Amino acid sequence: MISTTVNGKRENIDADADMPLLWAIREKLGLTGTKFGCGVAQCGACTVHVDGQPVRSCVTPVSAVSGRRVTTIEGLDPKADHPLQRAWVELQVPQCGYCQSGQIMSAAALLTRTANPTDSDIDDAMAGNICRCGTYQRLRAAIHKAAAIKRGGGR
Amino acid sequence: MKTMTLTRRTLLKGGLAVGAGLVIGFELPVSRRALAQQAGVFAPNQWLKIDRDGVVTITNSVPEMGQGTMTSMPMIVADELDADWGKIKVEQAPANPALYANPVTKTQSYGGSRGIRDHLEMWRKAGAAARQMLKQAAAQEWGVPEGEVDTEPGTVIHRPSGRKLLYGQLVDKAAQVPVPQDPKLKTKDQFRYIGKEGVARLDIPIKTDGKAIYGIDVKVPGARIASIERCPVFGGKVETFDASATKAINGISHVVPVSNGIAVVGDSFWTVLKGRRALKVKWNEGPLANLSSAQITREYQDLAKQPGQVARKEGDAEQALAAGGKVIEATYQVPFLEHACMEPMNCTAHVKADSCEIWAPTQNPGGHQAIAAKITGLPLDKVTVNTTMLGGGFGRRGELDFVIDAVETSKAVGGPVKVIWTREDDLQHGFYRPATYNVFKAALDAQGMPTAWWHRIVGPGILIQKGRAPAGSIDPAAVSGARDHPYDVANILVEWKEKDFGVPVGFWRSVGSSQNAFVTESFVDELAHTAGKDPYEYRRGLLGKAKRHKAVLELAATKANWGAPLPAGRARGIAVAFSYGSYAAHVAEVSVTPEGNIRVHKLVCAIDCGIAVNPDQIRAQMEGGAVYAMTGMYDQITLDKGRVQQSNFHDYPLLRIAEAPVVETHIVDSGEAPGGLGEPGVPPVVPAICNAVFVLTGKRIRTLPVRPEDLKKA
Repeated sequence: MISTTVNGKRENIDADADMPLLWAIREKLGLTGTKFGCGVAQCGACTVHVDGQPVRSCVTPVSAVSGRRVTTIEGLDPKADHPLQRAWVELQVPQCGYCQSGQIMSAAALLTRTANPTDSDIDDAMAGNICRCGTYQRLRAAIHKAAAIKRGGGR
Repeated sequence: MKTMTLTRRTLLKGGLAVGAGLVIGFELPVSRRALAQQAGVFAPNQWLKIDRDGVVTITNSVPEMGQGTMTSMPMIVADELDADWGKIKVEQAPANPALYANPVTKTQSYGGSRGIRDHLEMWRKAGAAARQMLKQAAAQEWGVPEGEVDTEPGTVIHRPSGRKLLYGQLVDKAAQVPVPQDPKLKTKDQFRYIGKEGVARLDIPIKTDGKAIYGIDVKVPGARIASIERCPVFGGKVETFDASATKAINGISHVVPVSNGIAVVGDSFWTVLKGRRALKVKWNEGPLANLSSAQITREYQDLAKQPGQVARKEGDAEQALAAGGKVIEATYQVPFLEHACMEPMNCTAHVKADSCEIWAPTQNPGGHQAIAAKITGLPLDKVTVNTTMLGGGFGRRGELDFVIDAVETSKAVGGPVKVIWTREDDLQHGFYRPATYNVFKAALDAQGMPTAWWHRIVGPGILIQKGRAPAGSIDPAAVSGARDHPYDVANILVEWKEKDFGVPVGFWRSVGSSQNAFVTESFVDELAHTAGKDPYEYRRGLLGKAKRHKAVLELAATKANWGAPLPAGRARGIAVAFSYGSYAAHVAEVSVTPEGNIRVHKLVCAIDCGIAVNPDQIRAQMEGGAVYAMTGMYDQITLDKGRVQQSNFHDYPLLRIAEAPVVETHIVDSGEAPGGLGEPGVPPVVPAICNAVFVLTGKRIRTLPVRPEDLKKA
């Protein structure tokens, strides 16, 4: 039994210690916003925050989050109104959308440490997230937009 | 879905109506009696219904795979209906070809960028018929001539008296009005949504908060998870297997042989992966056990010396080549490529004695319904297919394999099962863009203009392999983009030499046009440079008979400031192609690092897709199509000992954010019939980039993938 906090809620997860956090989140907790893309930390679709840091949940054993705080896309903002989510809608970023939870979680971690990211900061922070639909151009613009929303006081 | 309550007879009637073609494709599938039984709902056809609250529920038949159909389709219906956009709800159609088949292909299989281009007229008529009925109902209510009533979004109005009735107030009366068979459509200036900016996609909010449900997310009570161990060699079969170690794993419930391998079934994906690793399988690897990419290339080279089937012949190219002018020759080769949808293949199925239900991210609900009926022995109408969101499609999700996996496994274990593929399964058991080998020859006259164009393609035929085109015929998927090139040359010969090694091939976004536009647009660029002419002007000079090609070429060149000076180390390349009903031209602005890495700074694209329904989504498709195309410059699927050598994104790398160019899209308002959009943004991209690389380095890229060592500064 692994005891952890997911999106602010205490959870006791009955899973093998080596089960990746991704599958514990998806299959044990039923939170399917976090996606499986590669299983080897190459695509970033599974990105979540552990104690505020972005991690690839597909290669993080669930035992590693014992006693820590996990945030998934479902818990990023209580009203799904994070500046990134607003910017994503405003600039119509997603196409198929499958990678976007991971993109947003990586971008959220970036904005937490860098309020005003440059293109180069974005390239670095988002390098681990693949989008097969090729939404990169809008995604970049939306991160800049979200940073502006945040600076303007929109949380 | 309400349509589930329809009787067999009305379904049949609907099927005949749809099958009869575009004109009456919207015809009432619901009998008057059936309508009367649904009090409070006005459902004039299978595409829309309106309730007493005025909520308009539109049924979209085309799967949402990122192209925006879940918004563009309702825009079309809502426009002609004059619906209030804020009151639109969208449902995804079930598999039921009698009601929802594409009116052109007559199937519920979606590929070939056929959403808007095949359905536009039918959907417009569906909305227009409903609007006309609502107007008629209001005119009766008020006792005024129908010609005096008009609509505003969600409302019928009588301007002379100022009276208004909301659509929701008219549903009972409108349901009694006969369905007009040839409703009057709006003129372009009357459009409220079609062609307008700022119509937000309906599926985007749920794609930013984790709520969108893809196939892999489906929750069916009691469903087990399965994953399938497959023979590493295409076509190989299980000879013997020992599942004792697998079955000893806590959480594994079943190990069952299925057509595509051995299904390991259990309580979680992690458990079944462990189960797969513990399996001991002896494979009969079959006839492809020794196939390698080197062998494929060698055989292609040999076959390229033999004549193929004539796909296009004008004049006498052989004679013109022998006539003594300047002759240019070149060979081009492209590799197998896999779609690599972000959502790995998956499907959930629940086979019972008397029914089968499927939940799938599918481009082919009709085909998947049919294959499930075949496997289970159930009649078609006992097989329900629920189309979820697709985490990418690109042609991969029209194949049958992943649904066969789930239906067979569910049948074997006697309960609901979700089959999930790993990324390795996905890359190594795909349906690949064909590897091809091409020989070109051209003769140039004294002015450098071509008098002969000679192109021989060697490769497999996708449609022939799938049994959808006769063996020995010319497979359209093998020659599209090559035999239909637009250049005005007096003597043209395009041949196709079929060679199929048995590697599964499939429809990779833009299909034949992906590789054929690359080779054709690269070779015409070679001719321009050999002639010492500007590649843009050279193409223009050859496009006299191809007005729409010429228009997009000129627009792209103008918007990209073709010919204007660039910063040192940068160059432009250009290409143009027709595919899937649309014309696209791209100008690439490129640099090459000293290490030989290509940087694409900008792509300026001009697209003529006929009537432009959703401009922002046209731009989105051009942006995405460019990125998708560019992976085709860097990737390859290679074989050794019959096995795919690539396994995951470390050795099949997809484009990442730092490599993605800025894409600037310009839409040509041609007023023509609608063309496709998912695919047409792909073909010109790679040749435009490679043509720029030639300007920069003097090196002509004739083999993909591009190798940095070939472009490195000496």
